[in-house]
Amino acid sequence: MSGRFLTILGKVWLAMILVFLYAPIIVMAFMSFNASQFYQLPFEFSLKWYQKLAGNAEIIDAATRSVGIAIVTTIIATILGTAASVALFRFEFRGKRFLQVMLFPPIAIPWLITGTAMLIFFFGVGLGRGTPSVIIGHVALALPYVIVVVSARLSTFDATLEEAARSLGADAWTVTRRVTLPWISSGVIAGALFAFAVSFDQFVVSYFLSEPGDSTLPVLIYTSIRKGFTPEINAISTIIIVVSMAVMLIAARFSNFGGER
Amino acid sequence: MSRVLANQDRLKIFGLLSPAYLWLTVAIFLPLSAMLYFSFLSDVPFGGAEWTYTTENYQAFFQTSTYAKLLLKSLKLGLTVTCISVLVGFPCAYVLAKAIKGRSREALFLLVILPFWSNSLVRIFSWAIVLRGNGVLELGLNAILPFEVDVNLMFSTPAIVIGLVHSYLPYVILTSYLALQAIDDNLIDAARSMGANKLTILWRIILPLSLPGLLAGAVLIFVPVVGSFMEPRILGGRVGTYFGTVIEDQFVAVFNWPLGAALSFVLLAVVLLILALASPVLKRAQT
Repeated sequence: MSGRFLTILGKVWLAMILVFLYAPIIVMAFMSFNASQFYQLPFEFSLKWYQKLAGNAEIIDAATRSVGIAIVTTIIATILGTAASVALFRFEFRGKRFLQVMLFPPIAIPWLITGTAMLIFFFGVGLGRGTPSVIIGHVALALPYVIVVVSARLSTFDATLEEAARSLGADAWTVTRRVTLPWISSGVIAGALFAFAVSFDQFVVSYFLSEPGDSTLPVLIYTSIRKGFTPEINAISTIIIVVSMAVMLIAARFSNFGGER
Repeated sequence: MSRVLANQDRLKIFGLLSPAYLWLTVAIFLPLSAMLYFSFLSDVPFGGAEWTYTTENYQAFFQTSTYAKLLLKSLKLGLTVTCISVLVGFPCAYVLAKAIKGRSREALFLLVILPFWSNSLVRIFSWAIVLRGNGVLELGLNAILPFEVDVNLMFSTPAIVIGLVHSYLPYVILTSYLALQAIDDNLIDAARSMGANKLTILWRIILPLSLPGLLAGAVLIFVPVVGSFMEPRILGGRVGTYFGTVIEDQFVAVFNWPLGAALSFVLLAVVLLILALASPVLKRAQT
């Protein structure tokens, strides 16, 4: 008798959580289209903050750098991660379990610790702050995600397919190119999108590793926020949210992440 | 697959694995070692500065109660955020896994975890816009309520907690949902047909079976919250001094890197202890 009531209550709860998760983001986006500089209502539609954004060389510069770093990170992490996943899947060898456990520290240790440790080390070896250091850090953070996603896809791979191809006379290279790679390609694409998201959204590690005046977009936003809020930050933040959500929606399509197959 | 590895296979394994693991070594494991080394130095060993080996940096942690108090404050924050997230998120995961069926479940699930993959800094900033005095929350409440209220949560501990729950809530929903989804509905039906009431089913079947997922989510929230610094800075203002912000200061403001390294290592030790305590449960959650 109370089952129906509980179900309705549960759905209301879920709806409230969705409101909690999305309301602030929607408010922020809304305010980026509001003319008032001090976020005053009533709402008056205006694109002036986006126009100002288009003329802000510092932000455009940081955005270009962020996208560039994310693309380089994606390429490196996807190639290295896919290779490692294939080896972890294909072969049995001593120390394999250890190698799999080694993937957890980059995910589990707070970025504050990883970021400051990288800063110390890169200074110690003479590399210092800057875009190369940021890329090295981002690739390390993205690698475990790529390996986990590609491995998950590989685990659904039927090894008899390869045997069949081999028995029909295909050499190792042909088997890899025509059988294995097409099968895991959706996992690789999902892994690449995850890597892009990890890098593009990364703030903490970039914050410690990027040079002042040469920073990524999230770092620039952080330093601007601490000076005071402007609707211009709302505008760029809205663009970032839309981009990263779009990337993740596409990734979800490729990886059936969490959903049933 | 228990075959003897040919030399050729060894070469292949090495070739495929070494680039990724070399990268992780250079970018994660060597830096962590370097930080440990640094935490025992009296000054940074570059720029011609004089330095010696010392345990001063760790002594600093124990001598004054300031750092221990801040660490405790951070642990308390982690506990608060984790508890709220679990209490709010678990019922939500249950509704998703058991009360909603078909395509709408997939869509709703995606909707819940999507914000998690968007920029955390931007989401914290969005709360600053909502919570500030004269902000949207205050105007909205005053429009609905018959009396005037004064809402200025900005720069307070509740603001930090709200922002952090918003950031990490999807974690516990994700892990609980995966665990709950794996529970066979027939098991619940069987219990019901034998006369178990709802509370018994929840307590004796659903909770024990989904506990590993729930705890995995809790650990995944607790650890980063204890090390958070950006969220307290933006939403907490002057009350937002935590262990994480003190470490940040050592690296970007005070430039006492050895002390920062020692404090980071204390934090790492706490984190590792928590992960070690949780690892039997986490291992179960994985399989």
